[in-house]
Amino acid sequence: MIVKDHNELFKDTAYVEQFHGKREFENPCPEDVVHQTAQWTESADYKEKNFKREALVINPAKACQPLGAMLCALGFENTLNFVQGSQGCVAYFRSHLSRHFKEPVAAVSSSMTEDSAVFGGISNILEGLENAYTLYKPAMIAVSTTCMAEVIGDDLNSYIKSAVEKGIVPEGVEIPFAHTPSFVGSHITGYDNMMKGILSGVKGQVRVSPADSINIIPGFDTYTGNYVELKRLMSSMDVKATVLADISDTLDSPNTGRYRLFPGGTPISALKDAVNARSTIALQKYSTVKTGEFIKTVWGRDFQLSPVPIGIQNTDEFLDMVSAVSGRPVSHAIEAERGRAVDAMIDSHPYVHGKRFALVGDPDLLMGLMSFVLEMGGRPVHVLCTNGDAGFAKDAESLLRGSPFGDDATVHIGKDMWHLRSLLFAEPVDLLIGNSYAKFLWRDTKTPLLRIGFPLFDRHHLHRYPIIGYQGAINLTNWIVNTLLDEMDRKAMFTQSFDVIR
Amino acid sequence: MSTLTQQTQKMIDEVMEAYPEKTRKLREKHVRPNDPTGECGSACAVKSNVKSRPGIMTIRGCAYAGSKGVVWGPVKDVVHLSHGPVGCGQYSWWSRRNYSNGITGVDNFSAMHITSDFQERDIVFGGDKRLAKICREIKEMFPLAKGISIQSECPVGLIGDDIESVAKKMTEELGIPVIPVRCEGFRGVSQSLGHHIANDSIRDHVLGKNTLEKVTDYDVNLIGDYNIGGDAWASRRILEEMGLRVIAQWSGDATINEFAIAPQAKLNLIHCYRSMNYICRFMEEQYGIPWIEYNLFGPTKIYQSMRKIAAFFDDSIKERTEAVIAKYTPAMDAVIDAYRPALKDKTVMLYVGGLRPRHIIGAYEDLGMEVIATGYEFGHNDDYKRTYPEMKEGALIYDDITPYEFEAFAKRLKPDLVGSGIKEKYAYHKMGVPFRQMHSWDYSGPYHGFDGFPVFARDMDMAVNSPTWKLIRRKR
Repeated sequence: MIVKDHNELFKDTAYVEQFHGKREFENPCPEDVVHQTAQWTESADYKEKNFKREALVINPAKACQPLGAMLCALGFENTLNFVQGSQGCVAYFRSHLSRHFKEPVAAVSSSMTEDSAVFGGISNILEGLENAYTLYKPAMIAVSTTCMAEVIGDDLNSYIKSAVEKGIVPEGVEIPFAHTPSFVGSHITGYDNMMKGILSGVKGQVRVSPADSINIIPGFDTYTGNYVELKRLMSSMDVKATVLADISDTLDSPNTGRYRLFPGGTPISALKDAVNARSTIALQKYSTVKTGEFIKTVWGRDFQLSPVPIGIQNTDEFLDMVSAVSGRPVSHAIEAERGRAVDAMIDSHPYVHGKRFALVGDPDLLMGLMSFVLEMGGRPVHVLCTNGDAGFAKDAESLLRGSPFGDDATVHIGKDMWHLRSLLFAEPVDLLIGNSYAKFLWRDTKTPLLRIGFPLFDRHHLHRYPIIGYQGAINLTNWIVNTLLDEMDRKAMFTQSFDVIR
Repeated sequence: MSTLTQQTQKMIDEVMEAYPEKTRKLREKHVRPNDPTGECGSACAVKSNVKSRPGIMTIRGCAYAGSKGVVWGPVKDVVHLSHGPVGCGQYSWWSRRNYSNGITGVDNFSAMHITSDFQERDIVFGGDKRLAKICREIKEMFPLAKGISIQSECPVGLIGDDIESVAKKMTEELGIPVIPVRCEGFRGVSQSLGHHIANDSIRDHVLGKNTLEKVTDYDVNLIGDYNIGGDAWASRRILEEMGLRVIAQWSGDATINEFAIAPQAKLNLIHCYRSMNYICRFMEEQYGIPWIEYNLFGPTKIYQSMRKIAAFFDDSIKERTEAVIAKYTPAMDAVIDAYRPALKDKTVMLYVGGLRPRHIIGAYEDLGMEVIATGYEFGHNDDYKRTYPEMKEGALIYDDITPYEFEAFAKRLKPDLVGSGIKEKYAYHKMGVPFRQMHSWDYSGPYHGFDGFPVFARDMDMAVNSPTWKLIRRKR
């Protein structure tokens, strides 16, 4: 039976006529006014006004702190996210993460309502912890906050102490916490706060001499494939590494016909031993600011910041860093992978060289992607980071100025995707890299779109493929060159240039 | 008490045992074996519309979701400002699939995320000053916007901002309605209060503010249809074919003008009773407009509803209605013939919001399927009263169910299909239980009307009978 759903149905004459008829009641703007206004939004005049906006934010590419905190805690074994505040927020975080990962995401809320605004959220957290522990039996409960709890000034430290004193949650259950106000920073800040909260809240046995292992903190990284790749690289080098926090199983669990609330994650025992690691390497800078400070000052341990290992040179640096701290050489197998990735990039370079790019995303991701694009001979033009600060702008500028291919680029911090729309009309590019919401830019400005980042809602499985390491470089090369080639074919479809060999 | 009812009660008791004492006592009132007569009164009534217990992982959302996400969000020619920090607007950005015609960012703003992106300084010094500036900037960026709604997020109410006075000032200054909506997420116990608050703000700021040049005896409002995947359009098609004139859609693909002229209708037709009964009751009191509930899921309910609606009008409408039913009956029978054999006797568990936990039952029955358990995220007593007669005796009815309970009941009842939301979907995939999202139609639709039923039937068939389920190698 042929069934027409929304994709085809509403093209039928009956509906076209219905839509036309409905206008009688809509008091619509005249069609020519709509048309002129649409054109005006593409103009230089509009762009100027758009960039003069001081208060209004339109289509920002950032989420709020507790979402990042949740992603962090999801990377630990038997860990339940507990969010102190309004319940609607938690419904949103769970939906948002499920839509990206296509996985179940568990988290509880303390369901604070109007009376909590008056009396504080103490009774909510006490009852909430009792219910959550009894029902879901986690080994660790990671507490974060919504803006409601932050505005009324809930004191998590004393509330949790009180819960432990009252014996609401048995001894031995870890209850780290982080204050994660949504009106400060973004999801990457929340990740940082929760990582620091967990590292400081879950205390291990500190040994005098460091262990043989290293810690690796990926940062707010939504590519489950990256975690798998990271562990593969470490195992190939025979390096004992603890990934803090590892979402590769919790947000990509095998289908066995049984639903597990806590499938995998960094073991609590490994978390407790993390303090003894020889060194901690972070793969993102802006999502590990406080965490790094904590490791250096409170733990008094070595903390090193690797460039995001996206692209060849960044991966080289990362692996050299691992090699230096672990004393293990980069394996022959990895060296061969490097050769293959470089070979792939060389083979594909003619279609990427000189191509103009617009990039939008989180600061660390952008640093990695820019580096890769420059390595391929691509030219970043618009680099837009809603949640980037002046420090990011400086880092980005310095990376871009270090390459002749970076000459055309302008870095925009604190701007949104409505700004990017104006930029793309004013100075078109060959390829736009962004998340699923960038599809509005794809449609409006007709710029080819490559989906990299978070969230990715409208394409499946992209997050399963690593973008880090040499394998990641091959994936990026594949996506970029073939998106450009698809576009080339589309344009050449009815010309002599419709080549079958490229 | 029948055996089936006893069995169901025993199952409920078992599942409730996992809770701490206090929570168990509170939760067990929300889960009951069905008594279709409803005669046993409060003793067997499902408790609803009260606070969710902390820590049990309620599936519910908040008042902001009810206002911005459900009622106001689909109004396409109004800019909906998510007023507060960035998250709420980000997570509800174009996720509800309320389709609409128009050009995004020019004369249609429903697929946009427009926010004041509160920073710490706004919390400390208040957001009112910046709110005024934001309204001016909206007018400059989107000159064709017919209004601005201010959708309050939690902090707005907590820091004592006076958005009403800013809205009043801006309405005068900008010449378009600027509508304050006090839908802070901590208000109420679920999305439900957000619906009510949104209805009230429409009543206070928009309703009756414009008039239609020409009115007819057949003017109706189509209320409580959010046009998910085009539902309202498929519904409108039926009403128009019956000879009625739909003067306003609330609020799928709606314009603010449709709200303004709505009091001139002769009859209000309400699909989602839960989220929009408030405005219907108001229009009844204020303008004497009667309202009736209808159901356009599946042919049986569609035919019934069409006749129920036609009964309000003259014979010409009644005749046309019969002709429309006659016209579509063969197509509907063909859908049933095509899909019923593969779906017959399959069982379904539902847990949704609004109207669906009861309204979709008939559509499943048309396909030979049986809904054995159902419940509401944010229903009230009147929703449950309307549900009992639709379900068999001893069927399971639950309110504000937790994922723990839902999973425990599903393990015992072994349904062939579960219909619920995105937060539930993938847990059931892991369990190997066929699942469809029944909020968003799982990115399909429409499901309403004659054009929706074939899509519904196709989708339920592909869920239940996909060969992928058989690939799962179950761990013992």
